[in-house]
Amino acid sequence: MFKLEKRPQPSKVWTFGAPILAVVLTIILGMGLFAILGKDPILATKVIFWDPLFGEFADLDRPDVIKKAAPLILIAIGLSFGFRAGIWNIGAEGQYIIGAITGAALALSFYPMEARWLIFPLTILFGALGGLVWAMIPALLRVYFKTNEILVSLMLVYVAEVLIKAMAIGALRDPDGFGMPGSRDLRRFASAANPDLITGSGIHLGVVAALLSVVAAYIALTRHQFGFDVRLAGQSPRAAAFSGVNPSRLILVCMAISGALAGLAGVFEVTGPSGKILGSFPTYYGFTAIIVAFLGRLHPVGILLAGILLALTYIGGNLAEQSLGLPAAAIKCFQGLLLFSLLGVDLLTNYRIKLRSKGKAQ
Amino acid sequence: MREKLLELKGLTKAYPGVVANSDVTFTIGKGEIHALLGENGAGKSTLVKTIYGLVKPDTGTMLLDGAEFRPAEPKAARASGIGMVFQHFSLFDALNVAENIALGMENPPPFSDLSSRIKSVSETYGLPLDPARIVGDLSAGERQRVEIIRCLLQDPRLLIMDEPTSVLTPQEVATLFDTLRLLSSKGTAILYISHKLEEIRTLCEHATILRLGKVVGTCDPRETSARDMAEMMVGSKLHTPTNAGKKAGEVLLELKGLSAPAPHRFGTALKSISLSVRSGEIVGIGGVAGNGQDELVAALSGEMGTGAQMIFLDGRDIGAASPNERRALGLCAAPEERNGHAAAPDMTLTENALLTARTRKQLTKNGFVDWEKAREFARDVIAAFDVRTPGPENAARSLSGGNLQKFVIGREIMQKPRVLVVNQPTWGVDASAAASIRQALLDLAAEGAAVVCISQDLDELMEISDRFAALNGGELAAPRPTEGLTVETIGLMLGGAHDMEPAHV
Repeated sequence: MFKLEKRPQPSKVWTFGAPILAVVLTIILGMGLFAILGKDPILATKVIFWDPLFGEFADLDRPDVIKKAAPLILIAIGLSFGFRAGIWNIGAEGQYIIGAITGAALALSFYPMEARWLIFPLTILFGALGGLVWAMIPALLRVYFKTNEILVSLMLVYVAEVLIKAMAIGALRDPDGFGMPGSRDLRRFASAANPDLITGSGIHLGVVAALLSVVAAYIALTRHQFGFDVRLAGQSPRAAAFSGVNPSRLILVCMAISGALAGLAGVFEVTGPSGKILGSFPTYYGFTAIIVAFLGRLHPVGILLAGILLALTYIGGNLAEQSLGLPAAAIKCFQGLLLFSLLGVDLLTNYRIKLRSKGKAQ
Repeated sequence: MREKLLELKGLTKAYPGVVANSDVTFTIGKGEIHALLGENGAGKSTLVKTIYGLVKPDTGTMLLDGAEFRPAEPKAARASGIGMVFQHFSLFDALNVAENIALGMENPPPFSDLSSRIKSVSETYGLPLDPARIVGDLSAGERQRVEIIRCLLQDPRLLIMDEPTSVLTPQEVATLFDTLRLLSSKGTAILYISHKLEEIRTLCEHATILRLGKVVGTCDPRETSARDMAEMMVGSKLHTPTNAGKKAGEVLLELKGLSAPAPHRFGTALKSISLSVRSGEIVGIGGVAGNGQDELVAALSGEMGTGAQMIFLDGRDIGAASPNERRALGLCAAPEERNGHAAAPDMTLTENALLTARTRKQLTKNGFVDWEKAREFARDVIAAFDVRTPGPENAARSLSGGNLQKFVIGREIMQKPRVLVVNQPTWGVDASAAASIRQALLDLAAEGAAVVCISQDLDELMEISDRFAALNGGELAAPRPTEGLTVETIGLMLGGAHDMEPAHV
């Protein structure tokens, strides 16, 4: 029989080993799944993980992976602070949408003025502010009225979704669009556009911001007092209070960070890859980022890798769907397996498995 | 010589990296009150857990009445007549006494039977207890009686008691000892574990001393001095705290009518506490746990908000100051609960050093943590307070309770505070380490700090404090000079009657 024994302290080896083992396990389990579905398991795995990066048409797929990974990473980095401190902002999707609306609204209010030096930074700033303000609603309600931030932030996602649909056919509708829903295409408004820095590379300023956020988060968590307070509050709330961490301030700051980064992701998306305020703008990046944050173990570098990995399974999954006829549900299942094995393997960090021999027990 | 009840022969138990018991051999006679002595980590817990069937020895045997005794689990040990009262009670606050006792029994009889059995046992052994009372309303001493009666209902032949007096008032201790002597005279052996050597001298007739897992000696406590026993435990000369003549200076900390509502349902409200503590002085605050100790520490540390004009440091109202502002002004505190309050168990000792010392030891610069400096400070604390750990990068949870306590207290003392508030500074710490912690508190006071020491260990308060005050139901009695106070007087100050309970409001 097996027996779990708590380790006196977390294993250093398994902190890094667990995610790798989880990915390996997922691939093995996934191959089993593909085989049952009657597909060549090796080929399917190759199409999902290898082809988007190094395959024949990788030059077309790679930019897509980057464009999908960047907002996931940016939002997940913001969420990771709150999640570490036990503050559950589930509404990043809403903050992402609002960031896109406020950023686009500001840019469009200047249309067609040509002053990129002024309009572009303001657009980005307003996007971040929009997300921040939207996140402050659950944060302030929590601090002053002890409401549950999980419910409030989640409900505000639906409000944001309705709001963007209203904007697409109302205030922000393209006046030259022949009555079609949707705003002007910001990619064609040079003062506010967020194009690829190198054409066709998929690397726009949002990607740069995502990478910077990883570095900043790493420094904050390992070197700064704030990161220490966040970790302390999450692990031992009473010790944090004793240490002098003000819980209300921590809630406000963590929610502000996650809201602002989600808003940033939104405004980079609306000025770049998607271009327009549309009813179909919601992309579930805000929700997927929650998975990315946990898959990356709330660690900045982990989140970077997890964001790329998840983007890869999306793009690779699409490829597998098109070229091998793999059902979309199988891809979803595969992503689920990934999270499932990671959380399972996570156990090894804090526990060790001991074999219990029956004979010796007496 | 008494008839043999339990013989331990060459018991050895090793855990990865440490030998908890090594070739432990001794005998407990029928009806004997046998003390088991040793420092933190000497292997006492492992040994009693072996007898109680919680731990299986690697080698060695036990004989009960001459027959081989190998309990596979506590149930088997209980069936063979071994009972154990743990240091931490396992009782449900919301249930009554009889229900709690029934929960611990294999085949509980109907409640009417059980209640009458509880009554008869409690009368026989002088343990007054009403089976219908809710456990949440009982004092610590009464809760312990529930645990003892739970054992006695199984007619044990050997009763193991782990640190039974740490939560009791002197009067409750006296009652307990009467009960134990009565049990002994009726043939029940008692294996008694305690750090309080004077108690062992009055109660026990035989003592086995463990050090680093080995039996290093036996003695008759009635004829051995506490000092000699302590030195056998430690294996070296014991250092007694000395109170270098000191003069009380100006008032550093002053409480004027400090009141605060209970922070949670089972908390205690503080009621108009007034106290002034002078430089160079140690004020001891005694009282049974749950009478406002935690709340007083929280109010002083800044963790719990209080009104204005209640707490003064150097004559300055600090009621609104945050914990770190108070530390910057020189007020440090160490709460009682180490795990999760005074220290974060999953963090390293370096990180735990940063937890309170960031301000006074300047461990941060522009908000950035100087980890090298924090590690250095953690190392200093480890060295100065003899914290047994491989190094400052180990998680706090990997330390034994006593060692973590040394670290937590050391961390505050080494910040050289002007006012230090400690709650249960030597709780769970062995005799020699406790002596060095007390010495450090005395030294701190001698250097001009004002110290408030809250403790349930009255001997400790008698030893180090200049004035003594009792905290009862959130109210603090006027402090009296410790010199000349007897343990009996203090017991009365704490609340009087032998059957005392914390006041409930």
